[in-house]
Amino acid sequence: MEAIGLLLNTTLVFSTALILVALGGIFSERSGVVNIGLEGLMIIGAFSAAVFTYFSSEWGFGGSSAAWFGVLMSIVLGAAFSLLHAVATITFKANQVIIGVVINILAFGLTIYLVKSLFDGSGQTENLSGIAFTKYNVPYLSEIPLLGDALFKTYPTTYLCYLLVFVSWYALYRTRFGLRLRSVGEHPGAADTVGISVIKYRYIGVILSGAFAGLGGATIALTTTYDFSHTTISGQGFIAIAAIIFGRWHPIGAAGAALFFGFAQALRFQADLFEWSQSIPNEFLYMLPYLLTLLLLAFAAGKSRAPSALGDPYDPGKR
Amino acid sequence: MQVLSKIFTKQSTYVPLVAIVLGLLVGAIVMWLGGYDPIVAYGAMLDKIFGSTYDFGEAIRQVTPLIFTGLAVAFAFRAGLFNIGVEGQFITGMTAATWIGINLNLPWFIHMPLAVIVGGIAGALWAGIAGWLKASRGVNEVISTIMLNWIAYYFANFMVRVVMVEPGQNRTKDIQGTASASIDWLVTLMDNARVHWGTVVAILCSFVFYYVLWKTRQGYELRASGFNPDAAHYAGMNVKGSIVKAMMFSGGLAGLGGAFESLGVFKSMAVMNALPGYGFDGIAVSLLGGNNPFGIIFGGILFGFLSYGSTGMSFEADVPNEIIRIVIGAVIFFVAIHGIVKWFLKPFFRKRREDKKEAA
Repeated sequence: MEAIGLLLNTTLVFSTALILVALGGIFSERSGVVNIGLEGLMIIGAFSAAVFTYFSSEWGFGGSSAAWFGVLMSIVLGAAFSLLHAVATITFKANQVIIGVVINILAFGLTIYLVKSLFDGSGQTENLSGIAFTKYNVPYLSEIPLLGDALFKTYPTTYLCYLLVFVSWYALYRTRFGLRLRSVGEHPGAADTVGISVIKYRYIGVILSGAFAGLGGATIALTTTYDFSHTTISGQGFIAIAAIIFGRWHPIGAAGAALFFGFAQALRFQADLFEWSQSIPNEFLYMLPYLLTLLLLAFAAGKSRAPSALGDPYDPGKR
Repeated sequence: MQVLSKIFTKQSTYVPLVAIVLGLLVGAIVMWLGGYDPIVAYGAMLDKIFGSTYDFGEAIRQVTPLIFTGLAVAFAFRAGLFNIGVEGQFITGMTAATWIGINLNLPWFIHMPLAVIVGGIAGALWAGIAGWLKASRGVNEVISTIMLNWIAYYFANFMVRVVMVEPGQNRTKDIQGTASASIDWLVTLMDNARVHWGTVVAILCSFVFYYVLWKTRQGYELRASGFNPDAAHYAGMNVKGSIVKAMMFSGGLAGLGGAFESLGVFKSMAVMNALPGYGFDGIAVSLLGGNNPFGIIFGGILFGFLSYGSTGMSFEADVPNEIIRIVIGAVIFFVAIHGIVKWFLKPFFRKRREDKKEAA
């Protein structure tokens, strides 16, 4: 029972980052801009969080304020870096996939370069245990058996993530902003005709994806690895893209898919807790979720449909 | 001379050249801001690549898998598919070839080619899964290949750690000498640089790539299906078949690359701690080369030489070698936004036009 609670708890911690990044990706893709650069934006986020948390604690930020400052900077710098994507793909109409790849390469190069410059040639930042986030038990709720262990004894960023899933869903499906953002991704020509600025909404979509991905990267540095190195972000951004497609470009669907992948990662750390799983080579346990996803996509899920204008630069002349 | 100036004024030629210069400039600025001396650093880089025959051979070794993966990504691109799974196909090919290399006893003229071919086929089949899923089940190839990457990665680790393991080590047994793809006389000549036949095969593959896509009916159908699937279907082409074929060809190239990396370079396979990144670098190479098979050779050389040379930069000039990723990223960035490159060149072109007018 306790083991299951712990497994679920770890699942939530690992899926936090994936959910946040997937939410960001949804804003970008719903506005019609493919963002393969989520991985790179996460790297920027994890780097900023690790570096600014470390230095702000050196500057005398006490308690968890250092970590929150790190989070804030990761959001700001993630958004700033995504501007590069936005300017290139929206204003200069460059190929969105290419620019996404560029973002990934640049983010990796730049952050490791800076880490080595800042920390005297060492490829990783100083360890953050003690100043990074600690788990917070919600009063009363955390005492519920199983559910309390699973849901209410976790990091503040995970609680924030639950909230943001709901906020994103509301923003996309219950506000004027969301309707406009989605219309720009479905049929920019029509949206433009009724006076919606395609450029503006796409910029907002891409910048939001940068902010969310930055935050997602920050949660990994501040709750899982406690430092930043070249292996901190290894493929999570691509898994988040898979979660977006699997979740059919819907915040709640994507969150569900991300939870599933988070479960996969949690299993890796918890596999030796169960007797039945000890006899199976670990690798097969690890690959199970990916295999299941593939099978589900092939045989259970219906066709997932991308936003119609996804990937096309908007050219008013072709309206 | 006129021919030469024509080549250089063609947009597909001058944009990458200007982009490379601008990319190196960006790298220099970043180094300068970080308090390093860019001239010393770039000098150290060139020195590392061309300084000795050993280093030059090793630089070529670095280039080879990039050409394979670059071609693999580009082939799928040409058929309208985004194969993020080159990574997994590369690993699959590597694993299959290593297995053949370790476990069979054959004369060298059968063993090595067989291992290479099996590696290619393994990669092709692995990619074929994604192709089939897309063609018959409508599964987006981006997500299926991401999943297949991880499955291949874990499966390969299982094969290395359990099935082919050298007892007490974190890697497989060595392959048999008969499966080695090294060019032995050249290895001796280049002071033990690990040069292998894969380089030759990679260049041959780019010719095959060109021939298949532009000189066969099959290739025409692939390109047509990629360009406009509805029109291709209306014209009576088998679009679904094209998807599977394109993925398999792409995966086959990746698998060959993986096979040579094991048979020619490492002669064994180690347990991986993370996805090795060959496939992702292939995306960059493919973009550098403009998805053109011969462009990719140059893209691979540029990417491979720069990354090999960067180790010299960190060693001699103390610059973190990740600077080269920034340079490569910037180069691709400028290739992608060729609007900016043209803007840089505008004064130059205007001047020449005026010259022409005067001459007339």
